Amino acid sequence: MSLLSTRGLSKSFAGLRAVHDVNFDLPKGEIRALIGPNGAGKTTFVGLLCGRIEASAGTVEFDGADVSRLPAHKRIQRGMAYTFQITSVFAKLSAHENVALAVRRRGGDVKTDVPYALDRVGLADRQHDLAGDLSYGHQRLLEIAMGLAQKPRLLILDEPTQGLADSEITAFKALVRDLSAEATILLIEHNMGVVMDTADRITVLNLGEILAEGTPEDIRADKAVQSAYLGTG
Amino acid sequence: MSDVQKSLGLHLGLLALLFVLQFLLPAYHQGNLARIMVLATYAIGFNILFGYTGLLSLGHAMFFAAGMYGMALSIRHFGFSPGPAVLMGLLAGVALSAAVGALALRTVGVAFMIVTLMFAQAVYLTVLYFGEYTRGDEGFVIQQAERIFLGIDLSQPTERYFAAFALFSVCLLVSMWVVQRPFGKVLIAIRENEDRAQMLGYDVFRHKWGAVILSGTISAAAGAFYGLLFGYAGATFATVQYSILPLLWVLLGGAGTLIGPFIGALFTFYLIDIASGLTTAYMLIVGVVLVLLTLFAPQGIGGELRARLWRWLP
Repeated sequence: MSLLSTRGLSKSFAGLRAVHDVNFDLPKGEIRALIGPNGAGKTTFVGLLCGRIEASAGTVEFDGADVSRLPAHKRIQRGMAYTFQITSVFAKLSAHENVALAVRRRGGDVKTDVPYALDRVGLADRQHDLAGDLSYGHQRLLEIAMGLAQKPRLLILDEPTQGLADSEITAFKALVRDLSAEATILLIEHNMGVVMDTADRITVLNLGEILAEGTPEDIRADKAVQSAYLGTG
Repeated sequence: MSDVQKSLGLHLGLLALLFVLQFLLPAYHQGNLARIMVLATYAIGFNILFGYTGLLSLGHAMFFAAGMYGMALSIRHFGFSPGPAVLMGLLAGVALSAAVGALALRTVGVAFMIVTLMFAQAVYLTVLYFGEYTRGDEGFVIQQAERIFLGIDLSQPTERYFAAFALFSVCLLVSMWVVQRPFGKVLIAIRENEDRAQMLGYDVFRHKWGAVILSGTISAAAGAFYGLLFGYAGATFATVQYSILPLLWVLLGGAGTLIGPFIGALFTFYLIDIASGLTTAYMLIVGVVLVLLTLFAPQGIGGELRARLWRWLP
């Protein structure tokens, strides 16, 4: 059964069709990668899912309920979590407080859940540092910790590996596989290595529409995807 | 000592010092300090919104005036005693801040400043319009006989000092409690990154609204006490000048620090007091000092203390 589905989801910005008539289904427990060339509408699409952006038309269903009209914070309260493409942490607060804000909202126990989330992304020894003082890669990891500290049912990660070192990417792949036991994951990603290694299925967006959908092998073999995105070579 | 204990020690220490000073200070400074404590309370209210939530209101005089007139008018026209009258002032503050907040928070940034400024002007003009009851610019005196609360004559220096001290203590402790509660921490999160706070699932509007009401109500309490302790209510307190003053105190004392409003109000009061004793062009001295402080201590006195000495300062 689908945890998330959209019907006819569309968004235009002053006539520009950023996302057009998208029907999308994400079954529970899956790791889904969302790929596509720059400007394909990936970030806009997930923005519509979690309510950061208001849809021009269409519906979003989450966990069996129509959430199309709910503001972002209400969708988050229902079990979505979103990590920003452009790092967005509370720069003047400690790493600990950043995660604590995520834990407190769902009424969790700060004493146990914060160290646990930081430990999972490998930032346990950084908890007293100000988030703004962390390296770029560590800020990305902190975002992910804030995402998983919410114990979401759907975790939307917008280009999480951007700016991470190779060793951190390896650890990230393990973390995503690990998390898939607890949450359904929607991953926007440019790094094809990460996509091929982690995703159960891949959705390809191009010009705001779904171009193809399938397993990593299907997508690799798909002619249309190759010409639009992977390069015809 | 944990950070919370240190901060509790510092702020309770300040309160203890203020308590003791009453017995040591000459009458002149005792009167000044009573006034400063009430004004610092007003600044504490302003700081909740500006320093902790990151919302700059340019119309806080309307809340100060709401408290003052809510109190003073119910004494003048309904013969209330000081206790219920102050309560009326508080209610006026709650009602006005809830209404203004619900409307002004539909805007952000510069628009929020302008909308709060306009609402404050509307309140000021309302006070003038109903001059028959409020006596407008001229204002009216609250007689000594009307200022006796449970047998305590609030027009007497010692009683007045302790009333101001009680108000200041309660509001300082309330603000200290609030910023350490989850609610206060969400306000700080909104100040730091509103988008992120919303995407953690917090209802940003409701939290900001709560901050406006808390801030407006503390400001109204200060207004009510000011009128009661110093025996006068007038439209001057609703002018734009009284909206700018708390901003000045908070900026000088350190926005987003609990002790900042008091430091700022104390500093500004005595700066003007001393400078005006030296020359009639005292605003020139005040101006230069303010420019120097902005240049060399852009985070205010409390902010610099936190950055350089006391990292734990809340």
